[in-house]
Amino acid sequence: MITELASSLGESIERVGDMCRFLVRIVVQLPRSLTRPQLIVDQIYNTGALSLVIIMLSGLFVGMVLGLQGFELLRRFGSEEALGTAAAIGLVKELGPVVTALLFAGRAGTALASEIGLMRATDQLSAMEMMAVDPVRRVVAPRFLGGVITMPLLAAIFSLIGIYGAQLVGVQMMHVDSGSFWSQMQASVDLRDVNEGIVKSGVFGVACSLIAVYEGYHSEPTAEGVGAATTRTVVTSAVVVLFLDYLITAFFLK
Amino acid sequence: MRKSRAMNLGTGLFLLLGFAALFFLTTQTTSHGLSFRSVPHYEVTAKFENIGDLKVGAPVSMAGVQIGRVVNIRFDPRDFKAVVTLRIDDTYNQIPTDSDASIYTQGLLGGQYVGLSPGGSETFLKNHDQIAFTQSALVLENLIGQFLANFNKHSSSSSSGAATGGQPK
Repeated sequence: MITELASSLGESIERVGDMCRFLVRIVVQLPRSLTRPQLIVDQIYNTGALSLVIIMLSGLFVGMVLGLQGFELLRRFGSEEALGTAAAIGLVKELGPVVTALLFAGRAGTALASEIGLMRATDQLSAMEMMAVDPVRRVVAPRFLGGVITMPLLAAIFSLIGIYGAQLVGVQMMHVDSGSFWSQMQASVDLRDVNEGIVKSGVFGVACSLIAVYEGYHSEPTAEGVGAATTRTVVTSAVVVLFLDYLITAFFLK
Repeated sequence: MRKSRAMNLGTGLFLLLGFAALFFLTTQTTSHGLSFRSVPHYEVTAKFENIGDLKVGAPVSMAGVQIGRVVNIRFDPRDFKAVVTLRIDDTYNQIPTDSDASIYTQGLLGGQYVGLSPGGSETFLKNHDQIAFTQSALVLENLIGQFLANFNKHSSSSSSGAATGGQPK
C-alpha cells in the first residue's frame, strides 16, 4: 500500500517535470509559429470568441448574486454604499480570474485536449512527423499561445459584466445610490487590485492551456485514452488554478 | 474563405471587447482614471501630535467640500510629531494662514480625513507653508480611557453613599 502510494506520488512528480519540459519545448517553438499568424487567430477564435457567451452569461449571474448577497450582508452594518467596492474587489481580484479559468478549462481546455488527443489517436501527429513537420510547432504552439492571449481578456470581460450585474441588482433593484456605488468603488479600488487580477488571469491562462495541450498530446491513442485525457484536463486545471490562486494572492499581499 | 473571414471578424471583435474591458477596469473602477495630468496645486504641511488612522490619499476638506488630498505622511524625529503634507488645488488659494487643521472620521467606521477651518488672517497659505494650529485625531482608546477615569471618579464619590444605603440589605 505504501509502495503504491509512493509510486503514484513519484508518477505525479514525474508528470509535473514532464509538463515543464513540454512547456520549454512549446516556448522554443513559439517564435517560429508566430510566422503563421492565421493559425493563432483561428485558435483565439476557437478558445476566445466561442467562449464569450458562456463567460458573459456566467459573469452576469455571478455579479448579480454578489450584488444580492453583498447587499444583504452590508445592510446589517448599514453600509450598503460599500456594495460597489465589495463587488468590484471580489470580481476583479478573485472571482473574475478564478471562475473564468474554471470555465475556460471546461469550455476551451477540454476542446483542445480532445482535439489534439484525437489527432494522436488517428495518427495525424505521426503523419506530420513523417512529413518533417513538427507537430508541436504546427498544432500545439498556436493552440497554447491562443489560450494564453485569450484568458486575461476573458477574465476582464467577466469582471466587467459582473460589476454591471452587481450594479443591476444593487442600484436598479435594491436602490443603492448609484453615485455612491461608483464613487466608493473608484475611491477604494486600487490599480494594484486590477493588476493582481490581470497577473492571475495570465498565469491561469498559461497553466490551463499547458495542461490542456499536454494532456491531449500525451493521451493514449484510443477512444478511452482521449476521454481520460479530457477528464484529467478539467480536474488538473481546476486544482492547479485554485492552488496557484492562493499562491499569487499571498504573493501580492504586502 | 468566407468562413475564415467571419472567423477573423469574430476574433477581432473579441480582442477589441477584451481590451475595452481591460481599459475600463483600469480606468473606471480605480481612482486613477484618466487623471494622469495633474491639476495645478500647492502643498502645505501640518504637524500633528497623533494622526490616528490617517492614510496617504485621504481627502482634505473645508466645510465638507473636498479641496485636496493627503500626499505624504512622515515622522519628525526631533519633536516627535507626524508631518502631514496636504496637496490643495490651486482653485482654493485663499485659505488664511491662521486656519486650523483637524483630523476627523467619516461616519462610524469610515476612514479619517483632514478638515480645515478658516481663520481670520488677511494673508493666505502658499506653497510649502506650514499650518500652525492643528488638532490631533481622536483616538478611541484614549477617549474610552478618559471616560472610564471620569466614571470611576464619579462612582467612587457616590458609591460611599450608596454603600451605606445598601448596608441593611
